[in-house]
Amino acid sequence: MNGSMRNLALWGAASAVLAFLLLPLLIVLVFAFDASSVQIWPIHSFSLKWFAATWADEEVRGALLVSLEVAGLATLLASVLGTLAAVGMNGLSSRAVQVGAFFLTLPIALPGVLTGIAMNSFFTALEIPFTMVTLVIAHTTFCTVIIYSNVMARLRRLPPSLTEAAQDMGATPLRSFTSITLPLLGGAIVSGMLLAFALSFDEVIVSTFTAGSETTLPLWIFGAIRLGQHMPEVNVVVFVVVAVTLLPIILGQKLAASVSRER
Amino acid sequence: MTGGRKLLGHVALLLPPFGWLTVFYLGSLFILLLSAFWQVDSMSGEMIHEWTLDNFRVLVTDETYRIIAERTIGIAALVTVTDIILAWPLAYVIARKVGPRMKLFLLVLVALPLWSSMLARIYAWRLILGHDGVLNWFLRSAGLPEQSFAFTNVALWIVFTYLWLPFMLMPLISAIERIPASLLDAAGDMGATPFQTFRTVIFPLAIPGMAAGSVFTFAVTLGEYVTPMLVGGAGSEFIGNVVYSNVGVSGNIPFAAAFSMILLVVIGAYMLVARRFGAFDGA
Amino acid sequence: MKGFSALFLATCCTALVTQARAADLPASIGKGEGDLSVVAWEGYADDAWVKPFEQQTGCKVHRKYVGSSDEMVALTRMGGGKGFDVVSASGDAALRMIFGKNVQPVNISLIPAYADIMPELQEPSFNTVKGVHYGVSYEWGPNVLMWNTKAIKDAPTSWSVIYDKAHAGVITVPDNPIQIADAALYLSHTKPELGISDPYELTQPQMDAVVALLKEQRPLVKKYWALASDEVDLFKSGDAQVGAAWPYQANTLRAAGVPVQDTIPSEGATGWADTWMISTHAAHPNCAYMWINHVMTPKVQAQQALSFGETPANTKACAEMDATQPGSCKQYHADASAAYFSTIKFWKTPVKQCGNGQNNCLDYSAWQRAWQQVKQ
Repeated sequence: MNGSMRNLALWGAASAVLAFLLLPLLIVLVFAFDASSVQIWPIHSFSLKWFAATWADEEVRGALLVSLEVAGLATLLASVLGTLAAVGMNGLSSRAVQVGAFFLTLPIALPGVLTGIAMNSFFTALEIPFTMVTLVIAHTTFCTVIIYSNVMARLRRLPPSLTEAAQDMGATPLRSFTSITLPLLGGAIVSGMLLAFALSFDEVIVSTFTAGSETTLPLWIFGAIRLGQHMPEVNVVVFVVVAVTLLPIILGQKLAASVSRER
Repeated sequence: MTGGRKLLGHVALLLPPFGWLTVFYLGSLFILLLSAFWQVDSMSGEMIHEWTLDNFRVLVTDETYRIIAERTIGIAALVTVTDIILAWPLAYVIARKVGPRMKLFLLVLVALPLWSSMLARIYAWRLILGHDGVLNWFLRSAGLPEQSFAFTNVALWIVFTYLWLPFMLMPLISAIERIPASLLDAAGDMGATPFQTFRTVIFPLAIPGMAAGSVFTFAVTLGEYVTPMLVGGAGSEFIGNVVYSNVGVSGNIPFAAAFSMILLVVIGAYMLVARRFGAFDGA
Repeated sequence: MKGFSALFLATCCTALVTQARAADLPASIGKGEGDLSVVAWEGYADDAWVKPFEQQTGCKVHRKYVGSSDEMVALTRMGGGKGFDVVSASGDAALRMIFGKNVQPVNISLIPAYADIMPELQEPSFNTVKGVHYGVSYEWGPNVLMWNTKAIKDAPTSWSVIYDKAHAGVITVPDNPIQIADAALYLSHTKPELGISDPYELTQPQMDAVVALLKEQRPLVKKYWALASDEVDLFKSGDAQVGAAWPYQANTLRAAGVPVQDTIPSEGATGWADTWMISTHAAHPNCAYMWINHVMTPKVQAQQALSFGETPANTKACAEMDATQPGSCKQYHADASAAYFSTIKFWKTPVKQCGNGQNNCLDYSAWQRAWQQVKQ
């Protein structure tokens, strides 16, 4: 096989994989414009009527609000915890860092169903009722590692001499952190927060076990799919979510790219 | 600055995150472990706090649960391998073959599915694979025989592979990116064929990336219940489904806890292995 | 554990009853609290009667649908049972909720329509324990055999079709341990030597035979449906052509233009009798009473009966049914309910005590394990 043939095969395979990755999403997006209330391929007539219907649906708006609140609060909490973990672990022996990272990764690496029932039985045992608070606690727990790994990656590319120099010049660790380290970590924290927000915003499994009577957007979608009753609205919701989040992803990727360029 | 104060600084910084983790997460796991040794009264649903190994006895003696565990682990492994194979060409193109603008564009495309509802994307596969679905419509139009993957384990395999592919792509891309170009040039200069370069330089150096990705694909598949519920058929029960139905349907948390211990053991073991391959060595 | 259930049944009921008598039943229905959380079967909280209820009472309805009695019980127990106000429990779930103290006694003198309920359902054993009412009987109906008339031309008259290899890969049955009773009912006709007299009272050898039949059925099953809409989807997409269903799915599918037919086969049918019950921890008890009164009116009873395909408990609903859909009162046996009522084997929770005084029947946890073995 010569070079150009090999290139062709590589590009062909890559395009096929990309298509596999995107086509199902495309189908949902296209069905958002389907006028019919049952999804049958091929689509016979197109309409925007489901957009209006979805916006008018109070349950959808309520669920959206809950999701935004939970994801927002969990992301904020996780950004504090994750940054502290990364800064605190920076400079420790690589073995200690590995062990710490292992534990931080547990909530996301262990299956959601395990995290879900573990937290369910924890709150039940302590007789804490399932509310938005339990949801935020659960989401914060698995979002922390996202921030941590983003910040840690950035820290590794910072010369350690920087903070040492500041401290040698008499700055307290706190001061050297706020005036030197934190500004340098800003980009990494923000791109981590974007990822964490996305993770929380789409989470369904842990939420099922910790939500009680709260309904997040994914829980609403799960209910709708299981009942098969509001499928046109589900398609619209997904369409809007994709459209709205396109900007933060591009932003996140740009930030990540600029971080990796600076190394 | 003394070593003691420095250590104190580390401890002060690490206390909040690890305190949180210990209380809410390790605490939860501990209670889960305890409840695996309890029972539930089937009529009133009340927990009976008597120590018993009954749950584990049922798990070991009833071959049903062995079959379900084997199916779960088998499909999770298959999905991981499939994702590694599928991820390579696209990851390589993104990491090595395109300019920065195109790279950003492709990265956004890869990340896009992660930002849209996982449930809706699973549902999309029901529309695709269904008897009167999109795929059969195309097959019919092309004069090909129809498929009937809907509600089978094949459907599970396809959908899982699809769902977790981005989780394999991302770490693999950054692993390939990190390989210094000079190393590849050197290999070429020394007369290695592209395949030899791949086998001896690129692939080994990308192993941490694949290991990191596989932690996600394997562990996430292992604990799933939503996908088997929505696209699986008769004989597609996963460990997660048994756990879910014992909690959400029959209200038997102790039995669910006992079965989920198997998940914990398998994934714990897998993470230890993945750690050896550098999965947690950072981004 | 062994014997505990029996002991529990004996002691807990007396304890419960004394507790119930001591508890103050509400003497009147106060002002609505503005919200009502409903846990219900699919199709039991339809906009057709929820919207008027919200307008009349100002109680905003929050719905949670379930697909099986087990799920219903689990949902009402989750988080200490604080998350819901009313639940539409079938007979098998109702008794478990009473034993689990998840539901509270109801003052039937606050329910005017109670006097019009058919006699069999005024104080049935599944919602009335020692004279204490834990809910109000709502509607009842049979589990039916449903098939696609385009794919299966000859109308089946026996449950044997869902065990028939001729339909391999297009069969669907509920994902529900109580489905074991359907197979037991079928076996009580085809294998009388097993001696199954009540499909909910099975000894170990009888259960083994039922499980063997269901395991033979598994390879033929396309999917075990967990929710009514699962089955609707399966029939819509053509993935399933025959299966066990509720009349609700048949009605929904016919409305969507899918050619299906449903019947009660010659072996008879299992079925449900549902009760609206109020949570022990109901945060909105006034709205809960108002809801029960609303759904017990002849109009809503008729709407529910027609949309789901079942029979109302309120005997006054007949005229309303005929007014909406002429002949429907007779079609759903609302006119002569007593005779029809006795032909259905209503869902009940299996317990160790068999009806014949023996103690060798399998309880519900054994049924749940058996069902897991069937599904694998």
